[in-house]
Amino acid sequence: MKKNFLFALPMLAALALWAAAALPANTGLKVGDKAPDFQLKNVDGQMVSLASMKNVKGYIVIFTCNTCPYAVMYEDRIIDLHNKFAPEGYPVVAIQPNDPEVQPGDAFDKMQVRAKEKNFPFVYLFDEGQKVYPQYGASRTPEVYLLDKNLTLRYTGAIDDNAQDASAVTKRYVEDAIAALEAGKNPEPAQVKAVGCTIKVKKKTAH
Amino acid sequence: MRNLWLFGLLLAAPLTATAQEPASDLTIKGVQAPAPARMLGQIPVYDKFDALAPQLNLHNDTTYVINFWATWCKPCVQEMPYFEQLHQAYRNQKVKVLLVSLDFARQLESKLVPFVAERNIQSQVIALTDNNYNTWIDQVSSQWSGAIPITIVRKGPHKHLILQELGDYEELETIVKTFVNL
Repeated sequence: MKKNFLFALPMLAALALWAAAALPANTGLKVGDKAPDFQLKNVDGQMVSLASMKNVKGYIVIFTCNTCPYAVMYEDRIIDLHNKFAPEGYPVVAIQPNDPEVQPGDAFDKMQVRAKEKNFPFVYLFDEGQKVYPQYGASRTPEVYLLDKNLTLRYTGAIDDNAQDASAVTKRYVEDAIAALEAGKNPEPAQVKAVGCTIKVKKKTAH
Repeated sequence: MRNLWLFGLLLAAPLTATAQEPASDLTIKGVQAPAPARMLGQIPVYDKFDALAPQLNLHNDTTYVINFWATWCKPCVQEMPYFEQLHQAYRNQKVKVLLVSLDFARQLESKLVPFVAERNIQSQVIALTDNNYNTWIDQVSSQWSGAIPITIVRKGPHKHLILQELGDYEELETIVKTFVNL
């Protein structure tokens, strides 16, 4: 009995430690929470904060990257979102959260190349040191955080309901959420999950 | 007695994400699982999560290691050998590895089938092409955001989520051993 107990304990300790490390995805912003502002470098070299953006009614913050196939499938739709809604006061604020040591294709200079190739009309910011995405609780790319002008989170999750085929989309979650805000209503649904790529975090030193 | 210890500690440690979950509505009891939409060689293709769900929720004395992945997902591909190693090492025990591919429907023939053939994957590969993610991600786990890879180790009512890629084989085996010994 004692032997069995001694056997079980390290197993559980390992489980607990490991799961604790695997769980930060749950500790982010909830709809209704106030989102933190930030100072991040744009692909043009300028530092950008949400407060620095003038005449806005809200922000379409999107954690996205160069390398995730899902994010790439949404690039054109993110451009369209910005072109449609920035004039109405809802600019896209794209943030690249991956660690370039783990995902070299997401290095800052590669972000600059992609922004130029696709002629991104929105800011494409580098979460250097990976400090911002954990505060939002982002866990995948692409992932949207729609904030109102008070930085309150009003909608989070998917852009629409068909990543693979823009022409087959039936629900435009972000567009509908902005329409709800404009109508003085709460977006419904306020959270929609979708498949995406994990955010690539700097690996702990191997031992 | 050890089983009791483990059982109690697992229940008392919600932070570990290992906890007793209420039996899913989808749990089947001796009912034939719905057939896949089609077969691609040895790979069953499901276009609706609900048709696949019973296989993911079997309540018996087998430990199920369920990994959601895709050929386009780099960390998923990197950890694939650990699941194959586990499949080999535990082939004579009640351990079943299910590799649920979320590859795009239009790329099953061009990407998934060659990948499985070239790497000679021995674990059970299943393709799930249900795009209506928001309707089924929570059915896998409310703690899952939808990012892959994710691995679920489960046996009966006990469930452990691995919400990121594995560092090495030992990480996986440590978890699985605990479940096998339950």
